[in-house]
Amino acid sequence: MRMTETNEAGLIARILDGEKDLFHELIRPYERMVYLTLFSILKNEADAEDGAQEAMINAYRHLASFRGEAKFSTWLTTIAINEGRKRLRKAKTAAEESIEEEAEGHEGDYTPAPLTDWREIPLEALERKEIREALRGAVAELPDIYRQVFTLRDLEELNVEETAQALGINANVVKVRLHRARILLQKRLVPFLRTTAPPRRWFFGRA
Amino acid sequence: MKLDCKHVWEHISEYIDKTVDANLREDIERHLEHCEICSAILDSTRNILVLTADDRTFELPVGYSKRLHERLAKELESSEKDPKKE
Repeated sequence: MRMTETNEAGLIARILDGEKDLFHELIRPYERMVYLTLFSILKNEADAEDGAQEAMINAYRHLASFRGEAKFSTWLTTIAINEGRKRLRKAKTAAEESIEEEAEGHEGDYTPAPLTDWREIPLEALERKEIREALRGAVAELPDIYRQVFTLRDLEELNVEETAQALGINANVVKVRLHRARILLQKRLVPFLRTTAPPRRWFFGRA
Repeated sequence: MKLDCKHVWEHISEYIDKTVDANLREDIERHLEHCEICSAILDSTRNILVLTADDRTFELPVGYSKRLHERLAKELESSEKDPKKE
């Protein structure tokens, strides 16, 4: 559960006043978020963990520059993204980066996979470990720009504006990338579910 | 307005996020009532989001939190200046 913004503002003021150890408490609700943000950029557990530690330390060192214009969570996410991008730049050649930049304009096929037997998949199937593994794999294979938006929106549950702010893109771009990410995942996972799910009645339908 | 499937797919993400306007929402719902394919696509996409939000899908490395706080403790200890004065 996240702290209220008022609590956070109070904690931040006390930390800046010298109660440094309260920083542990301040960031505790965001540990997962920061790690997942780094992981969405670096795609490697060890690098993501290192990056998350570094991002938290950066947040501590620059805490005085947090003015409360953005939510603390958005500010922290921005720091995490910057840390991830910095690490990526170090690891990547310039050539690879320019290919990534082109990905947005690429005319891909963003139509979902039609299926008629999805309703045969039981709720229990969603409980299976293999499906979570398949989803992790599919998310890892998304083009970077889609994976980052998907992670912030659907995994960390930031809203469109917060996502746009954290990534430095506009809200419409967030919506387009999110739509494409979701469709690409749907396409990837449908065949997997169809071939592994036992033929049982599926009742996890629309409310 | 009568929608075709492709039109519904284009708006599926916004429909899930409830950001389509009321008229379009109604049109989509009317389409979903009789279109098994689009209903299945919608359900499958929603289920992927349910799975994504499940903490077991994207797990943190074992010991991550402990190591993070140990590193922070070191940093806090070694920083003689408080962050304000930097």
